[in-house]
Amino acid sequence: MTTVVLTRRNLLAAGGSVLATGLLATGASGLLLPARASGLAPTESMLGGANNYRKGAAIVERIGKGGFWMSGTVRRAGDGAPLAGQRIQIWAHTVEGREHEPQSHGATLTDKEGKFRLEMPQIIPIFGQPHGHLAYDSGEFKTVFLRPVMRSAKETSLEAHFVLQPA
Amino acid sequence: MTAWRSARAPLIWVALALAIGVPVAAAAASEQLAWRGPVYILAGFAGIIALGLVLVQPLLIGGYLPGLSAYRNRRAHHWIGGALALAILIHVAGLWITSPPDMVDALTFSSPTPFSPFGVIAMWAIFAVALLALLRRRLGLRPRTWRIIHIPLAIVIVVGSVVHCLLIEGTMETISKAALCALVLAATGKVMIDLQVWRKRRTLRGENVAPQ
Repeated sequence: MTTVVLTRRNLLAAGGSVLATGLLATGASGLLLPARASGLAPTESMLGGANNYRKGAAIVERIGKGGFWMSGTVRRAGDGAPLAGQRIQIWAHTVEGREHEPQSHGATLTDKEGKFRLEMPQIIPIFGQPHGHLAYDSGEFKTVFLRPVMRSAKETSLEAHFVLQPA
Repeated sequence: MTAWRSARAPLIWVALALAIGVPVAAAAASEQLAWRGPVYILAGFAGIIALGLVLVQPLLIGGYLPGLSAYRNRRAHHWIGGALALAILIHVAGLWITSPPDMVDALTFSSPTPFSPFGVIAMWAIFAVALLALLRRRLGLRPRTWRIIHIPLAIVIVVGSVVHCLLIEGTMETISKAALCALVLAATGKVMIDLQVWRKRRTLRGENVAPQ
């Protein structure tokens, strides 16, 4: 014979677990799943990112004499899958030229892991901030312009990451 | 005491010359200049000179610079105000030529750089004061009305310029830049306190407000 002892503690515990189960269930079905479906959000273009852009910079081994590394990743919005073979254009005001000058521009392709890395001349502060510019502008995905800022003008590398959505 | 009294006047002028001259000289020695074109360099220095002029303005109006009569102080304040507006025009025009999209972003308050809006607001305040000063007689602005307009705009100019300048990573050397900014704030604060700008008074014209 089983006796059900209905104390306050039991009632609260039981009620609590019912509530928790309910919340978890709705959470799993109603909140978590759609969030997973939209997944990794696409990168928005940054303010001023497209400034002094020159469309169609050539793919190069490195820009100018090098000495500074620009690197990053390109992934697909939603599932975050790395995107290989994507063309990323890079330009900046460097020790070898101003932002709008052709020799300050170059492009590179991402590898199998969606990573890119391009050597370029040292970036120096222009318009009050040491910063670089990067563009994805190849048509397959929506165009994105980035403008990462260096923590210090003395740094010799800079990173920028793209999450692209279909155009 | 007497030695101090006779040395005081030249010392104040020397201090002012150093307060403006040292930051300008330090910026002139900046390695950044090697990577900049002449127009960009000119624009940068116009900005530094403008900050120096912002320091002179409260010193003149407070009568802190020795050897100048109240009349001379006021005349110099007017002319330096005009020079300040001109320096800002050169600063903005030079930066526009250097990189048009960056300047357009700044002027339309859509710039990624946090210091740009402070500079642009200070610029409009400078232009507003200069324009109103030119039209003051024609508009028939009474001294009190003028003060109610000019003093808040002067505060906007000083605070905007100092924040703008401090946030910029450029040719100015950090310590001399911070010192000049501190002096601008101190001079402005002192003249506001000495003139008791928050108190209503009929006119300051002809008064020699500061102890000589």
